[in-house]
Amino acid sequence: MTMQVTGKQVGRSVPRLEARAKVSGRAEYTHTMRLPGMLHCKIFRSTVPHGRIRSIDVSAARAVPGVFAVYTGEDVKTVIPDPYYGPAFHDQPILALDKVHYVGEPVAAVLATDPHVADQAAQQIVADYEELPAVFDEVEAADNKVLVHDELKPATTFADLKHLKGVRGTNVALDFKLRHGDVDKSFASAAHVFEHTFRTQKVLHLAFEPLVSIADYNGDGVIIYSAAQGPSFVRTEIARLLGWPENRVRVKVPYLGGGYGSKLYIKLEALAVALSMLARRPVKVALTMDEVFYTITKHPSTFRIKTGVDRNGRIVARKCDVWWNGGAYADIGPRVTQKSGFTATGPYDIDNVSIDSYAVYTNLPPAGALRGFGVPQLVWAYESQTDMIARALDRDPLDFRRQNLLRDGQPQVTGTILKDAATEAVLDRIAERLEWDRPFDHGRGTIRRGRGLAIGLKAVISPTTSVAIVNVSADGSVTVYCGTIDMGQGSDTAMAQIVGEVLNMAAETIRIVPRDTDVTPYDMGTLGSRSLFHMGNAVRFAAEDARAKLAALAREVGEPEGSNVPLPDLFVKKYGMRAGNIVGTGTYKPDYTPPDPQTGLTPNVTPFWMVAGAGAEIEVDTETGRVRVLRLINVADVGTPINPKIVETQLSGAAIMQLGFTLFEKMHIDGGQVTNASLADYKIPGIHDVPAMVSETVDAFQSNGPYGAKGVGELATFGVSPAIANALDDAIGVRLTELPITPEAVFRALRAQQDKPLEDA
Amino acid sequence: MPARTIRFTLNGKLATAEVEPHHNLVELLQVQFGLTGARESCGQGLCGCCTVLVDGAPVSGCLHLAVFVDGTEVVTIEHLGGPDALDPVQEAFIECGAFQCGYCTPGFVLMAKTLLARQPDPDDEQIKNFLTGNLCRCAAYPEIINAVKLAARKIRADA
Repeated sequence: MTMQVTGKQVGRSVPRLEARAKVSGRAEYTHTMRLPGMLHCKIFRSTVPHGRIRSIDVSAARAVPGVFAVYTGEDVKTVIPDPYYGPAFHDQPILALDKVHYVGEPVAAVLATDPHVADQAAQQIVADYEELPAVFDEVEAADNKVLVHDELKPATTFADLKHLKGVRGTNVALDFKLRHGDVDKSFASAAHVFEHTFRTQKVLHLAFEPLVSIADYNGDGVIIYSAAQGPSFVRTEIARLLGWPENRVRVKVPYLGGGYGSKLYIKLEALAVALSMLARRPVKVALTMDEVFYTITKHPSTFRIKTGVDRNGRIVARKCDVWWNGGAYADIGPRVTQKSGFTATGPYDIDNVSIDSYAVYTNLPPAGALRGFGVPQLVWAYESQTDMIARALDRDPLDFRRQNLLRDGQPQVTGTILKDAATEAVLDRIAERLEWDRPFDHGRGTIRRGRGLAIGLKAVISPTTSVAIVNVSADGSVTVYCGTIDMGQGSDTAMAQIVGEVLNMAAETIRIVPRDTDVTPYDMGTLGSRSLFHMGNAVRFAAEDARAKLAALAREVGEPEGSNVPLPDLFVKKYGMRAGNIVGTGTYKPDYTPPDPQTGLTPNVTPFWMVAGAGAEIEVDTETGRVRVLRLINVADVGTPINPKIVETQLSGAAIMQLGFTLFEKMHIDGGQVTNASLADYKIPGIHDVPAMVSETVDAFQSNGPYGAKGVGELATFGVSPAIANALDDAIGVRLTELPITPEAVFRALRAQQDKPLEDA
Repeated sequence: MPARTIRFTLNGKLATAEVEPHHNLVELLQVQFGLTGARESCGQGLCGCCTVLVDGAPVSGCLHLAVFVDGTEVVTIEHLGGPDALDPVQEAFIECGAFQCGYCTPGFVLMAKTLLARQPDPDDEQIKNFLTGNLCRCAAYPEIINAVKLAARKIRADA
């Protein structure tokens, strides 16, 4: 028995399976979906950062013609008595109860057939608050003088959070510690000790399809249509909130108009379900872009990093203190805090380390994962400092990195061996592309030039599970059921290539069914660059299972070994007609050893390592402070590129996104109020902002990955910010320790350097 | 405000619709005609996801009131080519991998089509200047520029 021979599928730049639907405007997104009888929701939001709710007057809103209903948190309690949700902590109320914790928190919801009517009515709602002191800065909040929540309410999902249950008097939602060697002794004996503090700003994902969920409660169960990166978790969490078995909750997810971490876990789904239960009608909660700024953002961070270097230029000790500004609700912040904490010391071989990573509540819009689970914030700090140290010691930054680089086969600070991690190859390739060895023209007059590089390391979120089904129909065509969400990263295409490789079929002929928890099996979520590795393994196992069953079927119907009978004939021989299926299943969950609670050490922290870096050549106008990136080099170890073209686009897209976070993107906040919550006032990279770029992978193979592959999506974010800051220092001798690197920040630093500081604006 | 009846040409066919004064073109297309290729994103006419051609000129459907299209000729992405009969611009976007999530793609395709009708052989700067009002958060800009150039070659070859 053989299938039609088509050649290798892995390594082919197959156009995306959904390409025709996307270019013709026919691809389906939740944002444009409509159900018969559907009501639109408009949310009324808090105007104070911290306050006790005295009253909410919805009478005028209810009186607006065309309004179906107006509901508050008290109404929600009638259908969901304990309406607090969240992946790490059950801290977020569906609509505010008793207190509000940030400006923009949902307080009431208006339902109407016409969204414009709902919008107008929401503006008629009046809420009265007793304002309470608020705290916005992550370091200040960690002092616990102003408390955001009275008591910590961890979910039971994560073992390392259980000890926080019922803890009072703190804003620190998780304190991850890692201890290895003796840092104090090493600092005392080190020839040089450097200590710096780096900060990152609040930015957001700004996926072009704004957050949206539709719920349709039918008295017996609920169907949720949602722009969600993790439908399995949505189902679990909604079932928990309702006290229902999971099979009464069905979550359907079409294509996503971008995600980048913003659509993870649970966002609007609980509100949509509660409103549909109250209204007994389908309800769509679709945010406008300004509302997204009040829903989920990236973590601002403060990273104090202290590094000891011996007289030979070896880094001997590093102490990291990182504060993550989680905003008013934890979302997945405690996981960001722990998982990024594992690699806070960077891709360097350091014997003595101490890491403290704090998830901190503040009265700001909540923060979650954004393309890197905290790692870009860390690389910004440690790779900026690497250059500062090299400069102080009069060392070449590349040479200093090479001397201290953690290499394959060495233990990383957690104690886990670095394996299949091409740190050297990535660094070498960046240097080669920058032509580091050749003399560099630093410019003259008011236009100066500089170059810089940076490299980062990440451990994937672990342990997580993916399940897949491969179904061979009696005509020989193949359908794959997997829960990975294609939000633009091309996962459907990659999964089809892996299945096609196993079954020797063209990827284009394989169908990936739309995500539907009634149909597609469990997947932990499309996040953290985990899917190609975890789900890729699961679909590979499922395809191999199907292949073995097909071989057994061939034997059963009397085909000799090596027969090339077409697949449909096998089914006819077995069933007497075109009938039956072959169903292959596959589950993948990697081994993992939880970190020791005292030391943070573990021999198995991750099933694969992510390594990537960047090189930048820039030009600075010293009269305006404007930085222009002339060339951006992005190099990553992705193992085997399953689809080289899509990999390149993903790397280049991630780098451009990070370029925005580096040079201009920033949520401006005044008294807890976001003052630039719109695309008019929050600039993202446009077509004119793209520098000349090279985005490429190094030769590598991930031994436990599907055909040697591993994740891609986050990688090219790692090195961009510090590479540019390092290039800026190279150009004009000015060091910025806070993002973004705006013309104003550069100009101020230049003037300070010349002892002519500008007054504060 | 009372609803008003408008008559216009939609993708080559005569159409009539009852619209209220505050409804925009995106809502008109989605709610009354089931055309979802023009999508609202920023809601401010800044991202280009809702691009629609009205009398041959690109407009932001989220800011363009539905009543304005009375008596005009409206062309949406759905008119360019279905999945089984693609326009050369759409083919070029696929061949160059010029999108990831696809949410902004119809806007870019319509803008590229408009550019190539006016300028059959644009250089990089002309392409960037013409497409500067369209944003792509997945940042497939390098691929989009390549796609426009490939589409220009395809159209010239067909001519």
